[in-house]
Amino acid sequence: MNETTHTHERSIDYTGAKLGMWLFLFTEILLFGGMFLVYSVYREVNTADFHEAAKEMSLVLGAVNTAVLLTSSLTMALSISAIKRGEKVRSLLFQAATVVLGLVFLVNKYFEWSDHIRLGFYPNSPELLAMSHGKILYFGLYYVMTGIHGVHVLIGAGVICGTFILTKLGKISSNDFIKLENTGLFWHLVDVIWIYLFPLFYLIK
Amino acid sequence: MEQHQETHAVGAKTFIANWIALLALTGLTIGAAELQMGKWSMLANLLIASAKASLVLWFFMHLKYESRLFKLLLLVPIVTITIIIGFTFLDIWYR
Repeated sequence: MNETTHTHERSIDYTGAKLGMWLFLFTEILLFGGMFLVYSVYREVNTADFHEAAKEMSLVLGAVNTAVLLTSSLTMALSISAIKRGEKVRSLLFQAATVVLGLVFLVNKYFEWSDHIRLGFYPNSPELLAMSHGKILYFGLYYVMTGIHGVHVLIGAGVICGTFILTKLGKISSNDFIKLENTGLFWHLVDVIWIYLFPLFYLIK
Repeated sequence: MEQHQETHAVGAKTFIANWIALLALTGLTIGAAELQMGKWSMLANLLIASAKASLVLWFFMHLKYESRLFKLLLLVPIVTITIIIGFTFLDIWYR
């Protein structure tokens, strides 16, 4: 009797925990949605300037980072199916791979940003302020949107380090993997946001 | 004792196929941009991005295996953003 109640409680908890995570993700979608709104309006008003400014983007770096993030989503998903099957070591390896890929993404971002800063394209720089209004807006949005996205990648990688330790300690196992699954949901959402950022900033021709 | 209904361990094959599809669509979106069709390229890129996002949501984020509640709830932020952006553009275009 006692055990049945317990089981019942846990399965409700499980759905509840996932639902809570999805609700949090919705607030994230709306956070980025607001920025997408600002982007789309300014681009509509300054179409030519946005095309001009986007020429400063490295398509190769953007494409590589897209592939890196998509691959990290794959390893994240694989780590969850591994833990569900009780394959702890495999899950740990896939979690570590996800963190490494997240860091590769951020290192690429660092090279990209430092290139732009060296060329004088940073907020309030004399070079940028001398440019047209639309170009200033493009670079402002570029730094804010990819910056906030980058912070999400950093936080996600940090949380996966946490799930790695919990998995190692056996706190995340085939019996209880909701923490890893919710972390995965967050990681995939960050990937989804990048899927939109990539064409919006790199593929304006 | 365990969460039997939820222990839907999706096979690695599904995930790898999904990943290949995502990479292929990334190639396609770069190609669409290279064609330089202006507004049409942008539209194509947004549609491809949405296809990629759907693949991530459906398979990687397990939405396919969730109850209808989760699928319907996702419509809330999507519809909200569509209304916000759509109505803003109605203002910009027809004011």
